[in-house]
Amino acid sequence: MLRMSVRKSIPALLGAVFSVFSLGTAVAQDGPIRIGEINSYTGPLAAFTVPYRNGWELAVEQVNAGGGVLGRPLEVISRDDGGKPADAIKFAEELVRRENVDLLAGTFLSNIGLAVADFANRNKTLFVASEPLSDAIVWSKGNPYTFRLRPSTYMQAAMLAEEAAKLPAKRWATVAPNYEYGQSAVKAFQDVLSGLRPDVEFVEAQWPALFKLDAGATVQALERSKPDAIFNVTFSIDLAKFVREGQLRGLFKDREVASLLTGEPEYLDPLKAEAPEGWIVTGYPWQTIDTPAHDAFRDAYQKRFDDYPRAGSIVGYNTIITIAAMLEKAGSTDTGSMVAAMKDLSLGTPFGDITFRALDHQSTMGAYVGRTAKRDGRGVMVDFRYADGADYLPDDETVKKLRPDG
Amino acid sequence: MSFIVAQAITGLASAASLFLIAVGLSIVFGVTRVVNFAHGSLYMLGAYIAFSLVSVMGDSFLGYLLALLIAAVAVGLIGAVIETALLRRIYKAPELFQLLATFGVVLIVQDLTRSVWGPDDLFAPRMPGLDGAVDILGHAIPSYDLFLIGVSVGVLGGLWLLFQKTRFGVLLRAATEDRQMVAALGIDQRWLFTAAFVLGSALAGLGGALQLPRQAASLSMDLNIIVDAFVVVVVGGMGSIVGAFVAAVLISLLLAFGLVIFPQITLVLIFLVMAVTLVLKPSGLFGKPEFATAEDVRNPDPPLRPSDRLARIGWLGLLGVGLIAPLLFSDFGVVILTEIAILALFAASLHFLIWGGGLITFGHAAYFGLGAYGAGLAVFHLSAGMAPALLLAPLAGALGALVFGWFCVRLTGIYMAMLTLAFAQIAWSAAFQWIDFTGGDNGILGVWPSAWASDPTTFYYLAFVVCAAMIWALRHVMFAPFGYTLRATRDSALRAASIGVDVTRHRWLAFTLAGAAAGVSGGFFAFAKGSVFPEVLFVSTSVDGLVMVLLGGLQSLAGPILGAIVFTEIETELTRLTDLWQLALGVLIVVLVVALPRGLAGLSSLFTRRTLP
Repeated sequence: MLRMSVRKSIPALLGAVFSVFSLGTAVAQDGPIRIGEINSYTGPLAAFTVPYRNGWELAVEQVNAGGGVLGRPLEVISRDDGGKPADAIKFAEELVRRENVDLLAGTFLSNIGLAVADFANRNKTLFVASEPLSDAIVWSKGNPYTFRLRPSTYMQAAMLAEEAAKLPAKRWATVAPNYEYGQSAVKAFQDVLSGLRPDVEFVEAQWPALFKLDAGATVQALERSKPDAIFNVTFSIDLAKFVREGQLRGLFKDREVASLLTGEPEYLDPLKAEAPEGWIVTGYPWQTIDTPAHDAFRDAYQKRFDDYPRAGSIVGYNTIITIAAMLEKAGSTDTGSMVAAMKDLSLGTPFGDITFRALDHQSTMGAYVGRTAKRDGRGVMVDFRYADGADYLPDDETVKKLRPDG
Repeated sequence: MSFIVAQAITGLASAASLFLIAVGLSIVFGVTRVVNFAHGSLYMLGAYIAFSLVSVMGDSFLGYLLALLIAAVAVGLIGAVIETALLRRIYKAPELFQLLATFGVVLIVQDLTRSVWGPDDLFAPRMPGLDGAVDILGHAIPSYDLFLIGVSVGVLGGLWLLFQKTRFGVLLRAATEDRQMVAALGIDQRWLFTAAFVLGSALAGLGGALQLPRQAASLSMDLNIIVDAFVVVVVGGMGSIVGAFVAAVLISLLLAFGLVIFPQITLVLIFLVMAVTLVLKPSGLFGKPEFATAEDVRNPDPPLRPSDRLARIGWLGLLGVGLIAPLLFSDFGVVILTEIAILALFAASLHFLIWGGGLITFGHAAYFGLGAYGAGLAVFHLSAGMAPALLLAPLAGALGALVFGWFCVRLTGIYMAMLTLAFAQIAWSAAFQWIDFTGGDNGILGVWPSAWASDPTTFYYLAFVVCAAMIWALRHVMFAPFGYTLRATRDSALRAASIGVDVTRHRWLAFTLAGAAAGVSGGFFAFAKGSVFPEVLFVSTSVDGLVMVLLGGLQSLAGPILGAIVFTEIETELTRLTDLWQLALGVLIVVLVVALPRGLAGLSSLFTRRTLP
């Protein structure tokens, strides 16, 4: 029986083997404008990338309903990298060489963003990096073909450091996952805060392995240093453990906490009723932002998906409207024109106007900074303000020195 | 002083969780000898099922407790399904096939869990009645931590009673010691194996469920815990319950105090503990040395014969296809062909060790990754060109294998596999966290081929020629006197030693040679991708290699090549077609393992009917 079924399945298997080698599709000049999109849609990151995908799907539908761009509709060809940089490169090759996409977009993890950016540079393809946070994408590893949308690690850490400087706290402890993101975030926070407040000292640093936070032991080690305030970079499952243990063990009592990204619904909502109160966070208070542009976005999103938008949804949405605005400005899908159009490109988004700086290809999209609170058994952001990304970047001379092309 | 006490209690609570997960794994391995990669998946399922139950009935302490227990039982039942439907069919297959099958289960459970519960982390409420903290010497200790310590001691006691005082326990212990003797005494092994697997699964489910008041149920729980669980089991000694407990306590206390003194080292610490333990006491703290029972002298594989005419035509055909393929396919097809050529060499080097030397390794990614990093770092730090960087790759791989191998080849079986894994994970941790040297998680970029080889077709031919030559060289070694001696040490180390063969040295050399070959493929991989990231050193890369070797078939030298072709194709195609590609791949692996225990290369025997198993 089994033997038979295997024999029958062999032709199907061979079919799959050879289909990948099939010849590339011909380039269609009048067909849709093709955007190659790569992100980590399966595995543990799906919680972040699915709202993001909804966001760009909504934008594509809106753009196409309005007649497309340059008289052509947008088409997104999306691939799942499964969280592996090597697979992301494989699909970047596929999208460029076989699918003949006009540009690349997407990615969530910093390392995948960097890998695809390097690929784009080598293949002279425009890459709009949507979500990766690493400063390296636009600074130390910046390249002429890569532009980044989301506010970077440095920008968000600087937003928090500005708020932290207003506090009386002098003794700070830090806790961050021990990899590039955590280390960059702590360094940026320390640099900016020390610049604003030379009297501040950092008394303890905990570096748990990513997603392996030994919460109880870490919380006690922090408690032992008796800090006035804590800077937290842990996220996702580590954050949940940290919050619960910290509350149980009284770590947050009478202490200020500044916490990166924790105000984003992706990170705040899973904490439910245990969401910390009074933390200074960067994030996205989707319920209470009150601007016409955001209202329109939120209503359209909720109508389309019967769900509320997350921070990733905004990023996905902005990615596509950025590309649409860029194409209008470029007037063609020629890479040279598109890259030129990306520089100093300004457009209106649900967060307000943003500009892609010609200087370092970073957009000035900002984030909301506020305090956490609890409403109806869930965490929300209150007393927030929109921090425009343009105000949280180093001066131009410093940035020029950071980029390899000067 | 009070801090030390508080930190110790916290460490013990972590130990409790680790013990509950590891002890089930240990029992299953002891009785069935199955290295159950899916144990972490069962743990994850325990947490998810408990979450659903707790949301319905978790309002009181008893309801919550009942929810956790029901989740454990449910996972035990799932274990029964896995054992009877899958594992029972393949106990006779080589050990590694069971590993592959359980890896298929990991993929299936991962996607099913995402489909049922969604991708979001699920954070359950605290346990009613145990939602506060108690004051111990001025430190607030969560009362649930104390409860957890109590549960783990209770489970340890319960298991001890079960194993010492019941007939079932006696049978389990007997099967752990010598299962052939148990069978000879007329005990129904099938029932015993199922019972052991169900018990182990239920313990995994309980371990996962008990985590719920401490952490969110998430899709990364399975792979996050499984390596740690293996470490605990190996340090304690495979099959030993007390060993699992002592090892869990030891490791957790080390971690709890280690992070105070060296906050950056926690990731490496756990693997260092395992490496040191295995070097000093090869069978773990409480494990019994593996002695040569009748079944440990493997049924020797049929002797390796030089290719007959048909096989020679096959090899030449494969070579010919490889040479003309770029003319037939699109640019992207060439990119995929390049990846296949590179991975085929990686798989062949692994196959050389596993089949040729009988040396089971779960850490072959170390040498692949060292090759990739050797090349990448040469470009990054020394601005080396492609040619010198590629020359450095096999040296890096060989050097790593030389050093790690010296320790590993002194062990056998599962302990050796675990030590190789420990070294690979140490290398991965270093690459991941030593940012100044390796670039850390952000990797090394700009590792692109030199101008003359930058055209995909040229690079393909370069990779193809070198990899094909290396595969041929490995094959040649297999037919050289060294290869014959190596296979003699595999078929019976004892007999080989008694006729004067230096078994350890032969294994060490084989290890180094395979490391060099894996290094070559790693070097090409770096240039094919233009970048090097720590994932090349991660356990998933080792598992990919094993999947390729086993898919292709262990008993054929062409197996790894077939495996690399099919695995790369399937992965590329499936991820394009569906979000549920892990599910599809998992099902495919499971079906293949059950239907074709000799791998794809075994298909040929279906047609020629020469050597049916």
